Amino acid sequence: MNIGLVTRLWIWQRISGAFLGLFVLVHLMTIIHAIQGGLSASEILGRTQGNVAWLMFYGSFVLASAVHAPIGMRNVLGEMLGWRGRSLDWAMAAFAVALIVLGARATWGVYA
Amino acid sequence: MSQAEEPSLSVAVWRGDETGGFETFEVPRQANQTVLDVVTLIQRSLDPTLSYRYACRVGMCGSCAMTVNGKARWTCRTHVDKVIKGNRLEIAPLENLPIIKDLTCDMTVFFEKMVKAKGYFRGERTREDDFETVKPNSAPRISADEAIECIGCGVCYASCDVINWNPDYLGPAALNRAWSLAQDERDNIQGERLAAVAGDAGCHACHTHMSCTERCPKQLSPTRSIAGLKRLTAAAVVKGAL
Repeated sequence: MNIGLVTRLWIWQRISGAFLGLFVLVHLMTIIHAIQGGLSASEILGRTQGNVAWLMFYGSFVLASAVHAPIGMRNVLGEMLGWRGRSLDWAMAAFAVALIVLGARATWGVYA
Repeated sequence: MSQAEEPSLSVAVWRGDETGGFETFEVPRQANQTVLDVVTLIQRSLDPTLSYRYACRVGMCGSCAMTVNGKARWTCRTHVDKVIKGNRLEIAPLENLPIIKDLTCDMTVFFEKMVKAKGYFRGERTREDDFETVKPNSAPRISADEAIECIGCGVCYASCDVINWNPDYLGPAALNRAWSLAQDERDNIQGERLAAVAGDAGCHACHTHMSCTERCPKQLSPTRSIAGLKRLTAAAVVKGAL
């Protein structure tokens, strides 16, 4: 049975959700603050490139999203399409990997 | 003195099984009339073939729940004045349960899920032993205070969106019952019960929409009970017990 797995997924979704709440807030505040003075893309990149703090922040953001979103999608697909079982679990694992790869690529893009 | 026209209610009542439809009856309006009074009047005076279920008429037995103007309610303690729209009432069987006939639905799955959630007590003592006491002021006993008041009417089950999306979901009543037993210090199948209520068909499927809590005629909070089970199962996983 998947009792232990589902309970663990539930715990991880709560933990990742708590972090995402914080990350989204910082992200939105940064966007609003950054565009106040009319920053250009190159000016933004000038601040993010080589900045380890932003790399860590967005790296963590990507990880939290990659944990949170597939667990939620697993529930949504189960309820809305009736897709359940191992095939769904593997598909959501693949979704998590895709989010990490795409997110890491984007994060690295503004850092390197 | 001219005779005033007797006020009447236009009552649309579900007839037949899943493939049935509404039939409208004109019913005299009376003071302090409950929805169950209306259904009873139709069955006794207008159409004796109407099937419905009730027993105590005073909000104890939980057998008269129906869908009244789109919402699940206990009909014996629902005054017509509170729910009427214009002079129209629409009365249907509970949702999320198979219809047997007219206003009577098949509650089998509802009660089977109580058993699946291990909503029963298993103690160690026999009839030869003395009573095992529960301290009335102990924290677990107090936290079960509300949950034990459930009358099993099925209003929460009929109001739950998750059951509609996932028919295997145990539902608010069964999980509420499991929570009340999870607070019983005399019970010795706690581990088995937590395993029974965890997972995709258990407490983790609840979206906390709180329709059960909003509609519960006893004003209980199955949502709170389910949240309690989520905490207990999470703690059990962390301890490696699940």
